[in-house]
Amino acid sequence: MSQNLETFVKHVCRENGNDAGRMMDICRAVQAEFRCVSPEAMTLIAQECNCDRSQVEGVVSFYHFFSTKKQGEVVIWLCDDVIDEMKGSADVAEALKQELGVDFGQTTTDGKFTLGWTPCMGLPDQAPAAMINEELVTNLTGDKIREMVRELRAGASVKDLVKVPGDGMNADPRLNTMVSNNIRVKGPVIFADIENAVGLKAALAKTPEEVIEEVKTSGLRGRGGAGFSTGLKWMFTRGAEGEQKYIMCNADEGEPGTFKDRIILTECADMVFEGMTIAGYAIGSTEGVLYLRGEYAYMKEYLDSVLEERRDAGLLGKNVAGKEGFDYDIRVQLGAGAYVCGEESALISSCEGTRGDVKTRPPYPAQKGYKGKPTSVNNVETFASVNRIFVNSGQWFSATGSCGSSGTKLLSVSGDCKRPGIYEVPFGMKLIDFLKMCGGEDAIAVQVGGPSGELVNPDAFGRSIEYDDLATGGSMMVFGPGRDVLKVASKFLEFFVEESCGYCTPCRAGNVFIKERLDRIIDGKGDKDDIAYLEQLCNTVKVTSRCGLGQTSPNPVTSTLKNFRGEYESRIQENPDRMELSFDINAELTEAAAITGRMSEHF
Amino acid sequence: MEQNLEAITFTIDGVEVQGMPGQTILEAAEEAGIYVPRLCQLKGITPHGSCRVCTVKVGGSWTCAACTQPIYEGMEVDNSSEEIQTLRKDLVEMLFTEGNHYCMFCDKSGNCELQAMAYRMGIMAPKYPYIYPEAELDASHPDLFIDRNRCILCARCVNTAQEQDGKSVFDFAGRGPHKKIIVNGEKLSDTQLAAADKAADACPVGAILPKKGAYAKPVGARDYDDAPIGSDIEAKVCK
Ligand SMILES: Cc1cc2nc3c(=O)[nH]c(=O)nc-3n(C[C@H](O)[C@H](O)[C@H](O)COP(=O)(O)O)c2cc1C
Ligand code: SF4
Ligand code: SF4
Ligand code: FES
Repeated sequence: MSQNLETFVKHVCRENGNDAGRMMDICRAVQAEFRCVSPEAMTLIAQECNCDRSQVEGVVSFYHFFSTKKQGEVVIWLCDDVIDEMKGSADVAEALKQELGVDFGQTTTDGKFTLGWTPCMGLPDQAPAAMINEELVTNLTGDKIREMVRELRAGASVKDLVKVPGDGMNADPRLNTMVSNNIRVKGPVIFADIENAVGLKAALAKTPEEVIEEVKTSGLRGRGGAGFSTGLKWMFTRGAEGEQKYIMCNADEGEPGTFKDRIILTECADMVFEGMTIAGYAIGSTEGVLYLRGEYAYMKEYLDSVLEERRDAGLLGKNVAGKEGFDYDIRVQLGAGAYVCGEESALISSCEGTRGDVKTRPPYPAQKGYKGKPTSVNNVETFASVNRIFVNSGQWFSATGSCGSSGTKLLSVSGDCKRPGIYEVPFGMKLIDFLKMCGGEDAIAVQVGGPSGELVNPDAFGRSIEYDDLATGGSMMVFGPGRDVLKVASKFLEFFVEESCGYCTPCRAGNVFIKERLDRIIDGKGDKDDIAYLEQLCNTVKVTSRCGLGQTSPNPVTSTLKNFRGEYESRIQENPDRMELSFDINAELTEAAAITGRMSEHF
Repeated sequence: MEQNLEAITFTIDGVEVQGMPGQTILEAAEEAGIYVPRLCQLKGITPHGSCRVCTVKVGGSWTCAACTQPIYEGMEVDNSSEEIQTLRKDLVEMLFTEGNHYCMFCDKSGNCELQAMAYRMGIMAPKYPYIYPEAELDASHPDLFIDRNRCILCARCVNTAQEQDGKSVFDFAGRGPHKKIIVNGEKLSDTQLAAADKAADACPVGAILPKKGAYAKPVGARDYDDAPIGSDIEAKVCK
């Protein structure tokens, strides 16, 4: 076994150029082969890559899908998301526990199955969902998962679980997945017909400066959430000092409720790669990296084959599309389960083979990014939009959408609505019109922009979906009558606690305290002072955190305090005696009695 | 300090201060005899920016860590308003309750920067609940031990070992509330850490301590017995 391990690690490290920068790929390979990255494997990897063992341990312990303890041959990660919960993931969990005879976090004694929870995998429109090794399974029920487990136990491979593939390219043999696109409304930017290389050639006919000008004219703003001007970002990166520069495509798509990048990559991969190539030309780069979240590993082979086709067609490689002197190529980098790696500097850390820690700013990635070189990180949808801009024009693009938010936006909709899925709508659409479109007009609340966004009440349904009003990176979760918004908020806080990188105090510790107090209120043990306590605590976390994760993690609480304050007040008891309501004296005495082995005479 | 054409002029709490390009707010303030509270920052080491205790407000609108934010001309820094003090107090309280800090029998008591910071800020008892995390102690090394119960994840040991001792000794594992300090090897004695290393003396709290000579400084002669933390900086007469 040990001999095997040594041979394998040596082989994998050599394949990755004995480069510690490729730690993600190395750890992924070792994990897949041995179902863990054991302490022994860490020592070997460090030796082979000539790096610190603690770097390897740091990486292995950071990502959700790596483990130091041996996992089962089949690992079932059930999606632990608020929408999955609404759609019955508890039944699926119960069926799994019964069928396997183990709890979550455990492995069956025969070493065959491991059971685990994982946050939103980008499938809330077909929830409950799970990831079985690298295969995504959707629309689960207790019976369905039982049947799958039986099949796997009888020797079926995970691919055999796909009986009916999903729509569109999902049925392509390179994907062959049961995942569905559920595209409900097509718009003119992303889902309109497009021909390969047309946009690229139009861009290459211009100078890089003109390309940047055109993007500025389009008014395109980043689709990943922050909404920064894409043209400006490219201008800064182009202007930054450095021979080598990099383009990174952010396909981490970790914000719960967001799944639009999955559909773009499935249906419009060429658009994305073409946008990245245009970006490379604009900033003066020869290399692009697409960072794909670990949950989307099933797409890797497909995306690699699209890249290969583009190389064959001369659209990547030396003298791209016949443009003398413009050499450019792209590779796909897989993540391994970490929401924070969607933050651009953490994404870069991850690509560099270290923990997915957020970097200190300044310097910004545009000045000092991947491998210390100027880097532009943009979202999948941003790159796809760039491609359209060069097929049509910047002028054309700026004419759609609203003032300040040009173009269209892909919205990923899930929850209590009749037609969950993907909608490409022009910016500026009123929330109420959108709810009618997706069949969610009964909503009592909508989470706009995912947990880091805002939970709005019906008073806000007249507001419009655009950067300067209701901003969203694409996540729209609809909650119908009877849903408990405080429980939703608690679930989101749980997500942030687990996904915090742990670097800075307020986010690492503060979120734990926010959740504790919120849960206390939900349990009916809240005190009047708890609202003020939460308000101050949320503010501290928001303004002192080091990155966007901590700066937005209190939002589920601050937005419910603002938009659903009655939900808090109605659960808080009058407490004239100033008793500590969460203190249960009988429970404490029972515990004390158990420790001391005797009961108090007075109780 | 020699006046230089390139000097940057800015204000801290309305007082005009001069600094050099590339300096952080914390560095420039310190040279001017103004103390910005800090825990993870250690002079001469790359700032880590993790404790956030040095949080300041700039231009009345945005907050940042003074230890990592470079100064610029005309910057208006708020280092002492009630708002800023509240934020800092909250952070220090969080550090106490997320770990296991039993000051009454800690060898570092009186010399501990976390404890001294709490005294300086007038914290009597933290308002957050204690988490009581389980943490490991590593006493495998002949001269030093590491007690993770008291670690505030400041990285001062990590970076001091790297930058001043030229060794890889410490690093971090895990994330979120599970983040912890680890050593480059399976245990501390596997590392190259030596008692005389700068890293052995870099810890602001009692997480890395020598095995011999506990409670060496008597009460009354400890670092913060006479004056609050930061007094040395404030006592400096500058320019
Ligand atoms: C915690 C966190 C997670 C993020 N996740 C993503 C993500 O999954 N995809 C994305 O494009 N941007 C994400 N972002 C935003 C990125 O940091 C960055 O702004 C974006 O990729 C830039 O691309 P754009 O300008 O095209 O929007 C995240 C930010 C934070 C703070
Ligand atoms: S806010 Fe701090 S702890 Fe949270 S993810 Fe960002 S850097 Fe990490
Ligand atoms: S051991 Fe000490 S110096 Fe090292 S990170 Fe922890 S608190 Fe900081
Ligand atoms: S001293 Fe600045 S963040 Fe710790």
